[in-house]
Amino acid sequence: MAKLTFKTDYCKGCGLCVDACPKKLLQLAKDKINKKRHHPAEITDEAACVGCASCAMMCPDCIIKVER
Amino acid sequence: MVVFDKPHALNDMPFHYCPGCTHGIIHRLVAEVLDELGIEGRTIGIAPVGCSVMAYDYFNCDMIEAAHGRAPAIATGVKRSDPENHVVFTYQGDGDLASIGMAETVHAAARNENITVIFVNNAIYGMTGGQMAPTSLPGQVTQTSPYGRDVNHCGYPIRVCEMLAQLEGPEYLERVTVNSVKNIRAAKKAIKKAFQNQLDGKGFSLVEVVSSCPTNWGMTPQAALKWIDDNMLPYYPLGVYKDRSAAKEETK
Repeated sequence: MAKLTFKTDYCKGCGLCVDACPKKLLQLAKDKINKKRHHPAEITDEAACVGCASCAMMCPDCIIKVER
Repeated sequence: MVVFDKPHALNDMPFHYCPGCTHGIIHRLVAEVLDELGIEGRTIGIAPVGCSVMAYDYFNCDMIEAAHGRAPAIATGVKRSDPENHVVFTYQGDGDLASIGMAETVHAAARNENITVIFVNNAIYGMTGGQMAPTSLPGQVTQTSPYGRDVNHCGYPIRVCEMLAQLEGPEYLERVTVNSVKNIRAAKKAIKKAFQNQLDGKGFSLVEVVSSCPTNWGMTPQAALKWIDDNMLPYYPLGVYKDRSAAKEETK
């Protein structure tokens, strides 16, 4: 199981990580708004994450830390 | 075990770039390479004028802000002042390198100046609001070409890698893109090679990164990445355009 840490307040809600995830585990949190006034990215099912770090590679703002 | 984290050579300043702008990815790749080669402490980066004008805020290495287009000239001076210790890179956009800074770029390449140039090509002037750039595609709609770029009136876009490859000078020219995880890995390899060439004293290395500008192209970040595949890459094919050391190896 992998652990993802998001620097939520740095997220600009571009959604590139959502598309990059091969298992489609990420989404933009529609019910949350961060300091930058965006819907931040979040993981829906951390237990299913394999920690491939595709989302972190794709994130233009470098907000995702991946641990395995 | 940490699989992925922000590289040390990037500080905690949030990027000012628009959502989905690939500048952030390219900044990170450069920072990762500085970390991996262990050269952060002796690297001096030259920031351009353009969207990445404030690149000096984000890197932990020393940075100099150049006048518009003059980054390769400043890099030449910095590198020649202490060629043994300084590692010098410039980070330039297409409006900076391919337009006002064309002379500096061509002559730095012709002199085979031992510097690394990261050239971000997004086919538009981003910072000033989306005007037509020397790299804008034929037919591309921009603020200053609302009916699409008319090549009879504005000429054709410049392919920088192909143009510089005609010179004897440059050591290494490659075009990469960052629109998918696979391409990001390839881009990092190219950037690393460009820095390694400088450490080995081989000479001028330029990596052209085909990038996106969702805001000024007027599309979502996802559509912009697809637009790179559909429109940019047919005109700007990826690949190595010059690698003198590899060519020498082959002829041996």
